[in-house]
Amino acid sequence: IAAMMASSYNAKEEDGHHSSGSSHGGAGAVKSKKPDNTAFKQQRLPAWQPILTAGTVLPAFFVIGLIFIPIGIGLYVTSNNIKEFEIDYTGAEVSSPCFNCAKNFSWNSTTSCNCSVPFTLEQPFESNVFMYYGLSNFYQNHRRYVKSRDDSQLNGDRSSLKNPSKECEPYRTSDGLPIAPCGAIANSLFNDTLELYYIHSNGSSTAIPLVKKGIAWWTDKHVKFRNPGGSNNNLTAAFQGTTKPVNWRKPVYELDPSDSDNNGFINEDFIVWMRTAALPTFRKLYRIIQKKPNMTPTLPSGKYLLEVTYNYPVHSFDGRKRMILSTISWMGGKNPFLGIAYITVGSVCFFLGVVLLIIHHKYDNRNNSADIPN
Amino acid sequence: MLRRRLNRLLGGDERRVDSRTIYVGHRPCPATEAFIPPKFCDNRIVSSKYTVWNFLPKNLFEQFRRIANFYFLIIFLVQVIVDTPTSPVTSGLPLFFVITVTAIKQGYEDWLRHKADNEVNKYLVTVLENGQKIRTESEKIKVGDVVEVKEDETFPCDLILLQSSRDDDTCFVTTASLDGESNHKTHYTVPDTEKDLESLNATIECEQPQPDLYKFVGRMHIYKKDQEPAVRSLGPENLLLKGATLKNTQKICGVAVYTGMETKMALNYQGKSQKRSAVEKSINAFLLVYLCILVSKALVCTTLKYVWQSEPGQDEPWYNQKTQREKDTNLYLKMFTDFLSFMVLFNFIIPVSMYVTVEMQKFLGSFFITWDKDFFDPEIQEGALVNTSDLNEELGQVEYVFTDKTGTLTQNNMEFIECCIDGFQYKYRDAGSELDGFCVTDGPVSKLQQKAGREKEELFLRALCLCHTVQVKESPGPGQGQADGLMDQVDGLGLGGEVLRPEEQRGFIASSPDEVALVKGAMRYGFTFLGLESKNMKILNRNNDVEMYELLHVLNFDPVRRRMSVIVRSKSGDTLLFCKGADSSIFPRVRPEEVDRIRMHVERNATEGYRTLCVAYKQLSAEEYAQADAGLREARLALQDREEKLMAVYNQVETGMSLIGATAVEDRLQEEAAETMEALQGAGMKVWVLTGDKMETAKSTCYACRLFQRNTELLELTVRTLEDGGRKREERLHELLLDYHKKAVQDAPPVKAGVTRSWSTANQDYGFIIDGATLSMVLNSSHDSNSSRYKSLFLQICQNCTAVLCCRMAPLQKAQIVKMVKNSKGGPITLSIGDGANDVSMILEAHVGIGIKGKEGRQAVRNSDYAIPKLKHLKKLLLAHGHLYYVRIAHLVQYFFYKNLCFILPQFLYQFFCGYSQQPLYDAAYLTMYNICFTSMPILAYSLLEQHICIEVLLDNATLYREIAKNAMLRWRPFFYWTVLGVFHGLLFFFGVRYLFSNPALQDNGQVFGNWSYGTIVFTVLVFTVTLKLALDTRHWTWINHFVIWGSLAFYVFFSFFWGGIIWPFLRQQRLYFVFANMLSSVSAWLVIILLILLSLLPDILLVVFRKPRGPNARQLSEDSLLQTSDRSCHTTVLQAPEGARVKGSKE
Repeated sequence: IAAMMASSYNAKEEDGHHSSGSSHGGAGAVKSKKPDNTAFKQQRLPAWQPILTAGTVLPAFFVIGLIFIPIGIGLYVTSNNIKEFEIDYTGAEVSSPCFNCAKNFSWNSTTSCNCSVPFTLEQPFESNVFMYYGLSNFYQNHRRYVKSRDDSQLNGDRSSLKNPSKECEPYRTSDGLPIAPCGAIANSLFNDTLELYYIHSNGSSTAIPLVKKGIAWWTDKHVKFRNPGGSNNNLTAAFQGTTKPVNWRKPVYELDPSDSDNNGFINEDFIVWMRTAALPTFRKLYRIIQKKPNMTPTLPSGKYLLEVTYNYPVHSFDGRKRMILSTISWMGGKNPFLGIAYITVGSVCFFLGVVLLIIHHKYDNRNNSADIPN
Repeated sequence: MLRRRLNRLLGGDERRVDSRTIYVGHRPCPATEAFIPPKFCDNRIVSSKYTVWNFLPKNLFEQFRRIANFYFLIIFLVQVIVDTPTSPVTSGLPLFFVITVTAIKQGYEDWLRHKADNEVNKYLVTVLENGQKIRTESEKIKVGDVVEVKEDETFPCDLILLQSSRDDDTCFVTTASLDGESNHKTHYTVPDTEKDLESLNATIECEQPQPDLYKFVGRMHIYKKDQEPAVRSLGPENLLLKGATLKNTQKICGVAVYTGMETKMALNYQGKSQKRSAVEKSINAFLLVYLCILVSKALVCTTLKYVWQSEPGQDEPWYNQKTQREKDTNLYLKMFTDFLSFMVLFNFIIPVSMYVTVEMQKFLGSFFITWDKDFFDPEIQEGALVNTSDLNEELGQVEYVFTDKTGTLTQNNMEFIECCIDGFQYKYRDAGSELDGFCVTDGPVSKLQQKAGREKEELFLRALCLCHTVQVKESPGPGQGQADGLMDQVDGLGLGGEVLRPEEQRGFIASSPDEVALVKGAMRYGFTFLGLESKNMKILNRNNDVEMYELLHVLNFDPVRRRMSVIVRSKSGDTLLFCKGADSSIFPRVRPEEVDRIRMHVERNATEGYRTLCVAYKQLSAEEYAQADAGLREARLALQDREEKLMAVYNQVETGMSLIGATAVEDRLQEEAAETMEALQGAGMKVWVLTGDKMETAKSTCYACRLFQRNTELLELTVRTLEDGGRKREERLHELLLDYHKKAVQDAPPVKAGVTRSWSTANQDYGFIIDGATLSMVLNSSHDSNSSRYKSLFLQICQNCTAVLCCRMAPLQKAQIVKMVKNSKGGPITLSIGDGANDVSMILEAHVGIGIKGKEGRQAVRNSDYAIPKLKHLKKLLLAHGHLYYVRIAHLVQYFFYKNLCFILPQFLYQFFCGYSQQPLYDAAYLTMYNICFTSMPILAYSLLEQHICIEVLLDNATLYREIAKNAMLRWRPFFYWTVLGVFHGLLFFFGVRYLFSNPALQDNGQVFGNWSYGTIVFTVLVFTVTLKLALDTRHWTWINHFVIWGSLAFYVFFSFFWGGIIWPFLRQQRLYFVFANMLSSVSAWLVIILLILLSLLPDILLVVFRKPRGPNARQLSEDSLLQTSDRSCHTTVLQAPEGARVKGSKE
């Protein structure tokens, strides 16, 4: 700057002037074209100029209020009509039937520990009943955990089967053999077996049929997860050269030996587990109890027994295990939040509408001219 | 410049180094025994920055020197090195994009420069070597080569003209590409060189290269066999500059003196200093806040992580074992990498894309100024010019306007109004009257209807005809004849104010419009200047006789002497000196008794707003002339301090003259000057007029421009008022300053914000007048203690005045004033506007420099940030463009910070639910695309097209400008509002979905959603809310806005389907496979998305409603304009009489 100023010191006064200290040489040549007279270039594009005033917003508030409150009430009622039963079978307390199983748990034990948890349904469950297992304080959304999987292995890719992704560490190989399915998620597959029995008044019990299909997303089951070897039914051969995850009791091709369409990677329990939960307390769909063809409720009120094969330890990280029975509506499971939120927001809007109306009215009287919308 | 000054200081032996010796045609000279060809640089021009080889490293280095880019590079490297939650791609891709785009742009620009360089360097030129003409490439020219240039070719290097094809040893040149002056300039060959260049044996001694285009000193030694070497002085008139073009001359030969990067053109290629806008400073402040937020977030998370992990079973439950490597890592190193990971996870809060968007907004936005047809001036066939796009928004923040007077407020289009000869006033009445259209109006010395003697009249008119440097325009018309031998401005004053009127057959070209006006004035009275023919000036006198005068010397005009003279010899043999100049510089040099008669006229003319010049003459005796002639020649030959020596001789010659008369020339006001000034003041800007002109003239201009009004109380601080009391100047200055300070600052009621200055307000308006001499007293007071006090007093007074007039300013003083205001408390944004070279310093000094494409050349335009054809365009530039740009960019910045805050906040909150494991909430694709694709276009469109108030209203209601004054939209309060809004939205998004997910069975088939569904719902709400929030803020919906806003949302939906619809072979994890589709199949997800979007926008809707309606509607608008017109007419009537100021150019 100093040099510039010094060089441009030469002054112009009344009738003479020096020119000096100029910079860019070629900049002086400017095109002498008249600017185009287009709407865009002249910033005169036709435009809609909405002005939000009390007058225009007011009806919107009332409309929102009038729509939201009924929706909210509907949601609330729906949510309330959903029947849900939840029972904790962790066995953390001494009084709990599964206390012994929880206490004596060992990874090495060959025999499984069973416990029976009795409960009573006060109300009958109509329509399809969905059976969930719930875990608490289980961080399925931990970063180390979430990334510890190999989707191409799960998609049936043979090279990934033999050489799983590094993300699976430390559940990548075991005894020199690649683990299938590799990774922490697969390794910690929930393997408690839950069975439900209805206790008749005479003391006899009937097993309630539990459907284990249709619990996973359709696209997961049919596209995302595939067994290696394609249509080849011999899963044992397909998984040749791999080993089971360290904490599993049986290899992946024995997850459901009875049904080849539910075995291996496309086992639905496995797929459900592989969809990591969003929060540390979560539930996952376990079984479906189909409604009966006749008019009798799916689960009539009365006494039930939950038979648990206790394989899954949660005590070490202070976790909890639950079994949940729930009916489902169009909005999903029971959750009063949406209904309450809608009613609240609707009421707030309605209230604001009223307030605005009053203000608008007063404002209008005071200053008649200022509020006329274009 | 600096070098020259340094050399002057060193002196002595250093002087030899200060000059270079050139051997013409590389021929050894007899005087020097050993001929050593000196080494000079070659004639290659290198304006490019890069070569193919160094482009990548150099460009990358340049780019990463920007602090933002460097920050993102660090983040990227952390991601590559440390095991971080997001893949390096998420931040690498945007950075790569930005860097690549910038590199491509810069590479392209450099390629263009290379091309231009090559064009220049490979240009074929003719070099004379040993009598042969050799065609060679321009870059091979060496210093000392004799080069031949043909008509319409540009000179390949700086040449000393040796030979011209014209008979009179001159050549014509235009320097349009150098300084924008398109008039032809005459250059002369070195006198007495031989016609045969082959046998020419000469050396040239000249100064080292320096950038001043109009200065050159050198000496040529010509060696002839058996003769003493002849010495010729060389000046700028002998130097042909590289870049200039040869005109009207078939061919010339010249010797190269400066080549390549040492040519004056190359030395003038220097970048302008970078100006930074206030908005940029705000951005940096906000960045700092966000950086603090980022670091504290990372710190909180890291701390909590280790607190949480210290509980048994949490750090490494059986289902989630660590790898061996993780187990082995040092705890502190792990903490550090965890901290870095959190930084990376949250780094999106400071978005790369903001810089790109801001840059793009500025670059693209500036086109609207260039495109504006309102800025197009049909006279010069040009529109506005944007030299920098960095300052668009600063145009909306101007608080002080510093304006030049001549050529800016006034048209610099001079018209001869009247003259005064020997105390009698002559006024030109009618252009069409007879030859003797001279008429006398009121003789001020009560000699009514008298005329001065005819002799005096004619002497005066001859003086007007002779004492100038005007050239007659060479017209191609057959009637004109070959009027060659144009007189040139040897001094390089050439700022072509060319005035050509059809009714007057003759066109004149002169360095200043005043001269043309005077010559034309003389023409009307019967004395016509015909031109200069081989050193003879021809005049057609009243009797239609041609008079010839031999032009002996021109004593050039310069701003220090403030006068110019010519020495001529008449046919009768008398040697006459004619001198014209400012009254203050003439009066001391003439006999005092003559002064009184004329002074009255001069002063009266000056108060009427005319520019006055006094004319004097002197008859030189033969001895006097001989002495003067010798002195002048000697001084002209001097190699060192030539100017100082010349000045001394000039002053010596110009003494003892007798005053003949004075002239008055009117300088019309620019179109709509008054309206513009009024609008600027209405917009809350303070207008200061800084001029080199006389106080009276400047004052009347101020009245005419309505800067001063009838009821404005003027506070004068000039040499005159200082000398009033008859006491010492310093004392008087002190007293006056205190007095004015009391009046204007202490007694004035505190200024209420937003009160329009209006003729009806009861508040007393003050105007302040100061002149250059007094200003330097104030600024450089002898007592150091007083100096700073005076300065602050002066500043306080000025700040409380509605208008300030600083007259008799030197250019540097103008810059000083600007600097003083710029650095005063509160750091107000300053704007300088000017048209001449003398305004360059203040244009460069101010925050925003505006050049007017006026009559005084291109310097101002070239050094300005924005150039407009007329003063009246300033109003729209500031009130409409500036206002809109400011609002746009301010909103852009706030919105960017806001949208990234509510983007990242849920991710931060999620850490509390995932064991502080740096698990990202959103998928990597969303993280990357959020700023690049989903939310970038709507805000860019907004920031280019928004007109929250339409342009007409902005122009009509100048007061609207005050609403955004003082960076109103980027202060901490609005920033806090946006931040709170961002936090509110972030909390709402996260917890809204969190409570929904308390039961993740959200589908009607009982199936559950996982963590990616969670993130996708939050992200969907986020994208919609952020976009709709912008839609809510948009006041001006063009189809483009509609297209981008709805298009972005549609693109998001489309992309999500697409991204989740395919098993991507290159992805390690198919996280989002069908997540989006499944989400949409859930009614609850729909409901929660709608609810959250609505709830998020509720506060904004309420705020809009509760806020005062801002945009004036049609009715208000018409009322306002009605009010304004009545306001204006009122001004005009009020102004007319009392001050005697003419209200010109205020035709409405």
